[in-house]
Amino acid sequence: MSNKHHLELTQVGMDFPTPKGPFNALQDVNLRINKGEFISLIGHSGCGKSTVLNIVAGLYKATKGGVILDNQEVNEPGPERAVVFQNHSLLPWLSAYKNVELAVKQTQNGRSKKEMKEWVEHNLELVHMSHAADKLPAEISGGMKQRVGIARALAMEPKVLLMDEPFGALDALTRAHLQDSVMEIHAKLGNTVIMITHDVDEAVLLSDRIVMMTNGPAATIGEILPIELARPRNRIELADNPQYNHYRHEVLKFLYEKQRKVESVEEHRKKQSEQKSGATQINVA
Amino acid sequence: MSKQQAVPMIFNQVRQMNWPTLNQFLSATALPIVGIVVFLGLWSLMAKNIDTSLGSFPGPAAVWQQANVLVGEHNAQMDKADKFYERQDERNAVRVAKDPSYEPKIRNFTGAPTFFEQIWTSLYTVMVGFIVASLLAIPIGILCGLSKNAYTAINPLIQLFKPVSPLAWLPLVTMVVSAVYVSTDPMFSKSFITSAVTVSLCCLWPTLINTAVGVSSIDKDLLNVSKVLRLNAWSHVMKIVLPSSIPAIFTGLRLSLGIGWMVLIAAEMLAQNPGLGKFVWDEFQNGSSESLARIMVAVLTIGVIGFALDRLMLALQRKFSWDKSAVLR
Repeated sequence: MSNKHHLELTQVGMDFPTPKGPFNALQDVNLRINKGEFISLIGHSGCGKSTVLNIVAGLYKATKGGVILDNQEVNEPGPERAVVFQNHSLLPWLSAYKNVELAVKQTQNGRSKKEMKEWVEHNLELVHMSHAADKLPAEISGGMKQRVGIARALAMEPKVLLMDEPFGALDALTRAHLQDSVMEIHAKLGNTVIMITHDVDEAVLLSDRIVMMTNGPAATIGEILPIELARPRNRIELADNPQYNHYRHEVLKFLYEKQRKVESVEEHRKKQSEQKSGATQINVA
Repeated sequence: MSKQQAVPMIFNQVRQMNWPTLNQFLSATALPIVGIVVFLGLWSLMAKNIDTSLGSFPGPAAVWQQANVLVGEHNAQMDKADKFYERQDERNAVRVAKDPSYEPKIRNFTGAPTFFEQIWTSLYTVMVGFIVASLLAIPIGILCGLSKNAYTAINPLIQLFKPVSPLAWLPLVTMVVSAVYVSTDPMFSKSFITSAVTVSLCCLWPTLINTAVGVSSIDKDLLNVSKVLRLNAWSHVMKIVLPSSIPAIFTGLRLSLGIGWMVLIAAEMLAQNPGLGKFVWDEFQNGSSESLARIMVAVLTIGVIGFALDRLMLALQRKFSWDKSAVLR
């Protein structure tokens, strides 16, 4: 490989056709990613994070610019850019084992039957799911489904692992467990990872760099924050670490000061109910 | 206090019983029985008051009696057939003994088909028509679901032919079958082919439409999985499309089989093709005092078989559908 970067996004722009004419979702997205880097994409909803991920995955085709992976242009989806979807998207009629096996069979034609079996089992072991290999997706919890989804993606031996809010639908404890698993796997395999997240802690804990995106339309990269915390990282120790808190502060400042979104519905309701309860108290008095 | 003591023992026992199971028993078994008893009562009351040219309308008792008569006729006919074959075997044995070069001739028994043989003919015909239709409808449905262009091209034809009554098809099918299906030693009788084709023509649409809808509404994430895995067209259909649209396909198949069964009876009546429909028509033409009761036996049989076919499809759906949580009824 030349001294070029592993994964390059150059002047990527995306227009979606709408009845009222094209909608410019992304503009001038430039990003160079090194091999083995863990990148988080963070930003308010509707800022085009998923669009970026889908373009790298090849599921969308950028209307401007392009993506180059190891000197090859990305123009269709493929197993070397495996995706972990937000809603696990396991095939509901296949067991955990069979779901991973489908990916293995599809990508590893060179392997013998026995090697394929071992590879499926190895990947389930990696996400600590060997015990539920024969369960259908409907029979396991959300966190376990997501683990199997990660095992399926890893089994493709991707150059880049793309994760679209992989833990968004999980409760906080399960999420923490899975984050630890992902850090463990990343340390072991050294895949390049691009992860979309809404969670500031998650981004700081897992990433080498956090890519913060401006609000759409015509969203683009606002700032890039390198996270220079030693690995392996421990969430409990880091909670008290001034540097860690500084990074959190930087991301929060970007999201809530520089890219402040119009007040969210929840906040709006909260304020209203506060006003109301204040008003009733006066009445009672 | 005294009131409580006055409550008989049995009431206390009833109170201590496991109510959920009792309730389940009531709703699962007792209520349908109540429904049937009320129906039978109303039927026998009304039947007495309806006078037709063939006597009064048969009540449940008369129908039950005729059902037994039909069973008896069937058994008698079977006996006759057995004896016929016995005699034939004896005759042949004697001739072969006389002349070893003689090739015995086996002739089929030619008695009129009994009620039960008519049932069998109808069942066989409907299953053949239904299976042929399904083998056509499922692939076309998948094509329509996968490709918007295919759907746009085929949809007008579906909408045009879906509402056509089987009876409108029947004369055309009859003429085409007699013109095209020419063979000196036919494997199937023409009447069978005519009925089966008519059934097929009406069975196609629900399966086709439901398959197309099922295929076109597959979860987008699963389609993306297929793309990331670079599944080829065949694996895509076999591993993603077909399994995920199985529930919708079965909904279509169940509707189709129900329609096919109704269509078949009508077709048999009109075309005088063997089967339950012909039995009904023959009894109507016969016009004896028992005819109405015998037709009523056929009506109830048609209903029971239709119900059984639907349950059969439901059992198959339960077996093949991965979505065990879906409520099927």
